[in-house]
Amino acid sequence: MIRMRNVTFRAGDFTVRDVSLDVPSSEYFALLGPNGSGKTLLVNCLCGLIRAERGTIEVNGRDVTRAEPRLRRIGYVPQDYGLFPHMNVARNVTFPLRARGAPHAAALRDVRGVIETLSLERLLGRDTVTLSGGERQKVALARALAVRPDLLLLDEPVSALDGPTRAEVLEELRHVQREFAVTTIHVCHSTDEARAVADRAGIMIDGCLVQTGPLDAMMRAPANEAVARLLQAGT
Amino acid sequence: MPAVAGPRVHWVSVLTIAFLVVFVGAVVGLIVGDVCYTRPGPMLEVLRSPEVRFAIVLSLITSGASLVLVIGFSIPVGYALSRYRFPGSAVLDALVDLPIVLPPVVIGVSLLVFFRTWLGQWIESIPWLQFVYTPQGIVLCQFFVSASYGIRGAKSAFDSVDRRLEHLALTLGCTHGLAFRLVALPMARNGLAAAAVMAWARAVGVFGPLMIFAGAVRMKTEVMPTTIFLELSVGRIEPALAVAMLMLVIAMVALTLIHWLGSRHRWWRT
Repeated sequence: MIRMRNVTFRAGDFTVRDVSLDVPSSEYFALLGPNGSGKTLLVNCLCGLIRAERGTIEVNGRDVTRAEPRLRRIGYVPQDYGLFPHMNVARNVTFPLRARGAPHAAALRDVRGVIETLSLERLLGRDTVTLSGGERQKVALARALAVRPDLLLLDEPVSALDGPTRAEVLEELRHVQREFAVTTIHVCHSTDEARAVADRAGIMIDGCLVQTGPLDAMMRAPANEAVARLLQAGT
Repeated sequence: MPAVAGPRVHWVSVLTIAFLVVFVGAVVGLIVGDVCYTRPGPMLEVLRSPEVRFAIVLSLITSGASLVLVIGFSIPVGYALSRYRFPGSAVLDALVDLPIVLPPVVIGVSLLVFFRTWLGQWIESIPWLQFVYTPQGIVLCQFFVSASYGIRGAKSAFDSVDRRLEHLALTLGCTHGLAFRLVALPMARNGLAAAAVMAWARAVGVFGPLMIFAGAVRMKTEVMPTTIFLELSVGRIEPALAVAMLMLVIAMVALTLIHWLGSRHRWWRT
């Protein structure tokens, strides 16, 4: 269960104001909003890369508002996947366990389940710079899931992929989320993308979370004109 | 990159390449002149003389020691300059370059003056920390002259590492120290190694401050540049040139290493 209450912070000239949000355990939640609405900033605040100035963040009942990123048990997949170019696929995937002191071989045994679920076996020895967009996305996802986080944050995970790959990856994301039963927040700016994966969605506009709920319900009763425009825009 | 349509040769390309050829021609001409002036037999004989061998060994020892110091300072200082902004950081950034623009002799004078102050005198009173007119003084001069090159190179190397990857490492379980060790350091390793080679090559060639602070005492504080000066001062061009040729070879090897490390060769892969 993720619980945010009145989370407020500034990043440069931009302010994210009074965000309150509940995401039940194992839910796939989409965070929708136009470019520059503060979605990525909010995700960065959730995983501890931006300090919340006000408000509280709880993950499974633990208050992590002031906790260091490494102690939050939150897996984060950034928009560009953020693979480490000086490590091969196996070392990228085992990185979170090695960071916690596990030797590479033992870490590789521990993440075997994640590797098999994402069909990464044949890629383990590959250099990350030789991977396709879809493969990079899978490796980043496996790395984020390696320590079985309480919350998975996906920041526009398919924005760099072409049409057919995008549909395939969205399906896989949904499958992986169900398989690991991990609470997931998926940032996107497309209603169709949100509809393809999420149980519920939240709409961010100008640094405020203006509405949350099932997409169909929000389409029927948008909170304001900006939300209605965003939901009707589709892709 | 594909060629642009139109003439491949135009006045801009001709003029700039002409300047390039003139400059490189002048440098190569000087080196060829040195090579033509020396003969292999007498040169090898000079390099076997006890004084020259002492200078070569002392040069390698002192420049190696100063390199260790430069690496020890350049990595943290370069990282701090690359990553952190605080009041006065821009001034500190500029001051790091001061030894590059200062005439090297001024560094020697300043060191000499410092060791006349109470703090300097106190340091000198520690038996194994005597610097004035000692080989340790050579290390100190080499360090002050070459450290700026190491720090500047280290800063560039860390600048080239995407900071977001370090942030990501924090979310994946790293402390700040571990993110530095597992992400920033290995990714900057090529640039750091190139900076170290550049600093070492600079240290080997230090002369002005040495003359003032460490002296030019034969078989005591004699390094390769000192040998060139001592031999020339008594009119012996051949030995001076022999040592100069050796320094030239060292410079060429250093340059080749820097270019190799600066290329895309990923020898740092973990």
